[in-house]
Amino acid sequence: MRASLQVSFLRQMARLVWKDVVVELRRKELVYASAFFAAVVLLVFSFAFLGGVRPTVDVAAGVLWVTLALTGTLGIGRAFEREREGDTFRALLLSPLPRSAIYLGKLVSLCLLMAIVVLVAACGVALLFGAPLFDHAGQIALLLGLGVIGFSSIASLFAASLGRSRSRDLLLPLIVYPLVVPVLIAGARATAGLMVGEDPALPAFWTRFLLVFDLIFVSLGIWTFEPLAASEG
Amino acid sequence: MTVAAPVVAARGLYQAYGRQPALRGVDLEVASGEAVALLGPNGAGKSTLLRVLSTLERPQRGEVRYGGDEADEALRGTIGVVAHESLCYGDLSGRENLHFFAGIYGVPDASTRAQQLLEQVALTAAADRPARTYSRGMLQRLAVARALIHAPRLLLLDEPVTGLDRQGALLLTALLLAEKARGASLLIVSHELGPIASIVDRVVVLQRGRVVRNETLPKLGPLAALERVYDEALSDPAPVKAPGAA
Repeated sequence: MRASLQVSFLRQMARLVWKDVVVELRRKELVYASAFFAAVVLLVFSFAFLGGVRPTVDVAAGVLWVTLALTGTLGIGRAFEREREGDTFRALLLSPLPRSAIYLGKLVSLCLLMAIVVLVAACGVALLFGAPLFDHAGQIALLLGLGVIGFSSIASLFAASLGRSRSRDLLLPLIVYPLVVPVLIAGARATAGLMVGEDPALPAFWTRFLLVFDLIFVSLGIWTFEPLAASEG
Repeated sequence: MTVAAPVVAARGLYQAYGRQPALRGVDLEVASGEAVALLGPNGAGKSTLLRVLSTLERPQRGEVRYGGDEADEALRGTIGVVAHESLCYGDLSGRENLHFFAGIYGVPDASTRAQQLLEQVALTAAADRPARTYSRGMLQRLAVARALIHAPRLLLLDEPVTGLDRQGALLLTALLLAEKARGASLLIVSHELGPIASIVDRVVVLQRGRVVRNETLPKLGPLAALERVYDEALSDPAPVKAPGAA
């Protein structure tokens, strides 16, 4: 019985993800707009920092993670805006779906979107800043993956709860950025540490930090999604 | 002999937004297979009542029971809602929308059910077009099909006739009569009384968050009776006493 409930839960989550993927494949709006925005942000940073002196890996790592945060807010805000067209988020809240399945389904969809954007941003940072990101591709991919989950877990929770607020576009970054500062610090420190090749204990520490952060905020998201999203319905 | 609990029973519902009460002690029952018209001027609290009954909002005071039980996740699977918006995805086709929601509601053989409803709402020709290309009337018919996908026990309809042409309104009337015959309970909010007159058994009039009329309609001349009850309620908005109240 318990196993079948878990299968049903996963199947419902998969349905939500499938729907988001199909909608995005048809619109091609979020991926293209977010990737383009990421490229623009990187170019702006590269003009600011490439003043003749080669930027340090600290700068390159910071730029990568700040780009992730800026682009992520844009993409996630728009993804929830899309759910408000036709009031479809309300349709999900009216359904017998467990609220946690709605939250996790949305989180997985947003992580898929962010993964594509992060790949574009990582290539851009490697190219424009000459950062040796791909020398440690596996570890940096793990770090970015954890960072994407941490960022999306917070951003999707608040994007859902700010649904009917008139100033949601203004409020979303104001609420999300302070909360994701630990993700940015941990990600940037670990990425820089890996690129410099310093004591491996330091990147390992920040990776564990990100893992714990993700566990806490995904659990918090599952727990608080129901009351926060109720105001959206 | 045991009397079956009403499909939905609300007692003493109070809901306020800020200092403005939207519902002030509303009592309402809908029996199995019964269709009730919920009327009232703008701002009377009709939409708020539907939001509470559909489980989107918890009342600040009072309680709602569904067949004697409290609301939970599984219970949401027995309620169908037609709202102002279509609650459908514009980038999915009509068929995909119905298929998606059938899956969400755990409807067995989703494809057959979706096809059946597409035929009932006369959308088979447009079934594979994105819903965003539909006209207002077509979207409204898709919204009704979406609300019926899981054969709900309780149907809450907020202005279901809006956007429908005469043919669409007739189609909707036939569909809702069939749902009623199946045993579904209907609570219909509408400013257009004509299309719903032949469906409803009872009329409840809300004004300023209170029930001011609650009357069973005669079988003959229901439209005239609907109009009379509504007009009387607006000219003499004395609240109806709660059942059992002294």
